[in-house]
Amino acid sequence: MTLIRKNFDVLIIGAGGAGLNAAVQLAEADLRVAVVSKVFPTRSHTVAAQGGVNAALGNVDEDKWHWHMFDTVKGSDYLGDQDAIEFMCREAIPTVYELEHQGVPFSRLDNGRIYQRPFGGQSRNFGAEQATRTCAAADRTGHAILHTLYQQNLKARSHFFTEYFAIDLLQDEEGGVTGALVMDISSGEPMILNARATLLATGGCGQVFRTTSNAHINTGDGMAMALRAGVPLQDMEFFQFHPTGVAGRGMLITEASRGEGGYLINKDGERFMERYAPTAKDLASRDVVARAIVTEVREGRGCGPRGDHVLLKVDHLGEATVAKRLPGIRETSRIFVGIDPAFEPIPVYPTAHYVMGGIPSDRFGRVVAPARHGPEEVVSGLYAAGECACVSVHGANRLGGNSLLDILVFGRLSGLDILEYLEEHPRHGQTDSASEEKAMARFQRFDREGEGIAVAELRAELQKVMEDHAGVFRTREIMQEGLEKVRAIRDKLDDVRLHDRSRTFNTARVEAFELENLVDVGMSIVTSALHRQESRGAHSRPDYPERDDRNWMRHSLYFREDDRLDYKPVRTRPLSVESFPPKARVY
Amino acid sequence: MRFEVYRYNPDTDAKPRMQAFDVEVERGMMLRDVLLQIKAMDESFAFRHSCGEGVCGSDGVNVNGSNRLACITPVAEFQEPVVIRPFPGRPVIRDLVVDMSDFYQQYQAVDPWLKRKDPVPEQESLQTPEQRARLDGLWECVMCGCCSTSCPSFWWNPDKFLGPQALLTAWRFLADSRDQGEEERLDALDGPYKLFRCHTIMNCVEACPKHLNPTGAIGHIRNLMLKKSV
Repeated sequence: MTLIRKNFDVLIIGAGGAGLNAAVQLAEADLRVAVVSKVFPTRSHTVAAQGGVNAALGNVDEDKWHWHMFDTVKGSDYLGDQDAIEFMCREAIPTVYELEHQGVPFSRLDNGRIYQRPFGGQSRNFGAEQATRTCAAADRTGHAILHTLYQQNLKARSHFFTEYFAIDLLQDEEGGVTGALVMDISSGEPMILNARATLLATGGCGQVFRTTSNAHINTGDGMAMALRAGVPLQDMEFFQFHPTGVAGRGMLITEASRGEGGYLINKDGERFMERYAPTAKDLASRDVVARAIVTEVREGRGCGPRGDHVLLKVDHLGEATVAKRLPGIRETSRIFVGIDPAFEPIPVYPTAHYVMGGIPSDRFGRVVAPARHGPEEVVSGLYAAGECACVSVHGANRLGGNSLLDILVFGRLSGLDILEYLEEHPRHGQTDSASEEKAMARFQRFDREGEGIAVAELRAELQKVMEDHAGVFRTREIMQEGLEKVRAIRDKLDDVRLHDRSRTFNTARVEAFELENLVDVGMSIVTSALHRQESRGAHSRPDYPERDDRNWMRHSLYFREDDRLDYKPVRTRPLSVESFPPKARVY
Repeated sequence: MRFEVYRYNPDTDAKPRMQAFDVEVERGMMLRDVLLQIKAMDESFAFRHSCGEGVCGSDGVNVNGSNRLACITPVAEFQEPVVIRPFPGRPVIRDLVVDMSDFYQQYQAVDPWLKRKDPVPEQESLQTPEQRARLDGLWECVMCGCCSTSCPSFWWNPDKFLGPQALLTAWRFLADSRDQGEEERLDALDGPYKLFRCHTIMNCVEACPKHLNPTGAIGHIRNLMLKKSV
């Protein structure tokens, strides 16, 4: 086997919103940018984002980025870093204008401005009346944005390695990142991509759960690569269950359906959210609504023959509104449930949706980890942005419409910071041969012969364990058991064998690598969750029902080596405004 | 239910073959669920898929003669045996995985980005709901390739005829009130092949899983060209 080696200025792994927005900054600056994606770029999961992107444009009602910032801090249950949150909410406004200039087909208001709709957890005047802040292209906003960003990259001539799978990061002797070992999926051949800076923009890991809104490709590859390179994962116990997945299937019914005036009912026809969130009702924060639905079902007020879901009503909005504002979920409901939501309610139940945690990074996209001088030392040459990163702007719970915003703002800023970094680092780093050998050994390990466990079997086992032991409500017993089970699955990884060892487009081989990544991510979730003894945001423990700011207003850091945990403080100081001190979180 | 699946692995097979699988079909099952079950029986079976809900455009295949997105195609509607093949007219990499390079190149060839000559405003460019509505049915394309790979003109001239997908994209930008590249776009589409190889067979309209109308878009471009030439 000949090992091909290529040199680039920048290596970007992942071609969703974050990766593409970084790439376009760099390619426009005439740098040699390699974008590695395991799927054709427009297949990235950003395409599935529905409801919209938040920015205090004030097109419908008066709005301010400061209010957006307050909502995001509160939504995060005060675990978000306030400097990063301030930055994101301010940048939201020029970011959305830039997207519009690039060609995103936003829906429009009568006066020609970008259409905005209300979303959960949004307010005006620091917690008063509902705000209208989410900019939307019908309910296919992610599609509109991803396609536009791909087009901008075609224009800027970024170099795409499409259908290449990243195996592992490469490092120099000091742990600085020098590129990655990747595999051409169509030929099965390995390749070394050397770069002066590497950006991980690989998205989420929802496939760690059985019922998820996430695509098949969302297997936490970048997070696991970072873990194996010695970088910890931050706040992985905070996994968002979106309240309204299609019951039993998991595909998403956007929060925009409630933003447009839809609401939830139980089997008695009761609008039960009034009991859980008297003011915000169906537009309370996602963790609040998800817990309410699970509670309704557990207490016997679920709908359907098995009483295992609730109903989402949008039929009272009228067919015209559903057709204009929610065409995507109408199509999804027709295809997967066989109903038309313009006339019938949709059966829904929470579905694993978004990981608030990820690779610790600062607001410039630089990966930071505890080292000699403090808890946030920069890992040389390594950046992370998007869902795989934890800046942290979502803290313990993410607001709807802030995910697209996160990937766009921090993707762009990573690109700009890399430009500066490259000026200070004009030469390629020297990859440590041990690091390259380790990556190659991992690449070759599924060539092993003999009988063993099948990938699909072990993946299904992991997804079931995670669903049963790291779901919406978590007690110590449940999680302790979960941890032991995931650990047992990790031990079994050594016995995984491929029956098909051919080179050409071997999807079984890709799935084997993905399974290893999922197991590493699963371990980080259960380990971090078991140790956090409080209820905050999406992490809800009946055995510790209260938020405990004195002991737990801090970020968890999980290290793969020895499954070790460490902690670091939350950054409560914003850039230019007063800090929002923790308060009881009511909607 | 019986499924006959196209198999070809260049590492081990001298030529392609069809292989039969019996899959227990449950109510509400999509074609992708069947492909996944086949994969569970035989790990060496290769196909692309991802989102599972018809938005990423990965899992286009040819089933009983028509191009479909597997994840949003209910199995119940088919007659047995269900014959699943890769997209017609494309080089096969392995099993149902085809080489889509020509298709992507044609997309790129229409300059699929907004062209502006005026400086951009400080805030958003304005667009009335009516102007914006002209883009509906154009921007929702997921680039699955069902249309272009069911088009005989694209089969014969995949390097010269742009095909329904790229032409739909060309019209998406021509129809955008913010775009100022009309003249150069129309010039680039001129000639006997790029646009005019469309013979209005309308296979593309039938094949589109998102219910878009590339033939209609092509008609609009022709009309615009005609209007400009007189």
